[in-house]
Amino acid sequence: MSDKSMRTDLGRVRGMGSAKEGVHHWWMQRLTAIALVPLILWFVASVAGLAGAGHAETAEWLAQPLVTIAVILMVVATLYHAALGVQVVVEDYIHHEGWKFCWLITMKFIFLVLGVAAVFSVLKLAL
Amino acid sequence: MSGSNRPMSPHLQVYRPQLTSVLSITHRATGVALAVGTFFLVWWLVAAGAGAEYFDYVQAIMGSWLGLLILLGFSWAVFYHLCNGIRHLFWDAGYGFELETAYKSGWATVAGSVVLTAVAWAIGLAG
Repeated sequence: MSDKSMRTDLGRVRGMGSAKEGVHHWWMQRLTAIALVPLILWFVASVAGLAGAGHAETAEWLAQPLVTIAVILMVVATLYHAALGVQVVVEDYIHHEGWKFCWLITMKFIFLVLGVAAVFSVLKLAL
Repeated sequence: MSGSNRPMSPHLQVYRPQLTSVLSITHRATGVALAVGTFFLVWWLVAAGAGAEYFDYVQAIMGSWLGLLILLGFSWAVFYHLCNGIRHLFWDAGYGFELETAYKSGWATVAGSVVLTAVAWAIGLAG
């Protein structure tokens, strides 16, 4: 740390940075990434195995308890990871504060709606 | 920027594209594409929850030549982002920064994404 630093001692101790959220965004991006490695490999292999399957077979697969749980975990982790990633892209390329704000809110609402729709649909088949 | 010795990001119009920089922007591009693609994942799950008639309708769209082409690109993007994401996790942990290692892991990402896509489609077409 050079003595040219503008940071106060208290700010450095808190470690939250100018956005006041510290490394939370960065850390959640990594946690969801690690979780998604096995979840995505399993899901893609499973869906590839289901290729050409009709509704009955697909619904029966989704309704198995372990599949239901894993699919919900995969969808939630994917949408969370996507929202964090798109947030960084929006912050990098959209410089007008108003538009940036609109994009961030719209994007988060869309991912939230997608998540609720996916979880509802899978649970509907499982319960 | 006077008084700052911090390194600057390579400028696109000045720097010759290299494997490392091309893979880096491809990671972001596939990330954005996959974020948009989550809509198709959720659409498929909602269709399964909605019942046989709507599921068959959605399956027919995804099974059309255009649908399959999009799924092919989507599956490659998934595997590319997954392989390069693991590369990023190693960097996050502090490993693999040597230039030679970065190039080796880069080519491994390219090869891995193609091989995994081929394996997934082999499973799908065999089943």
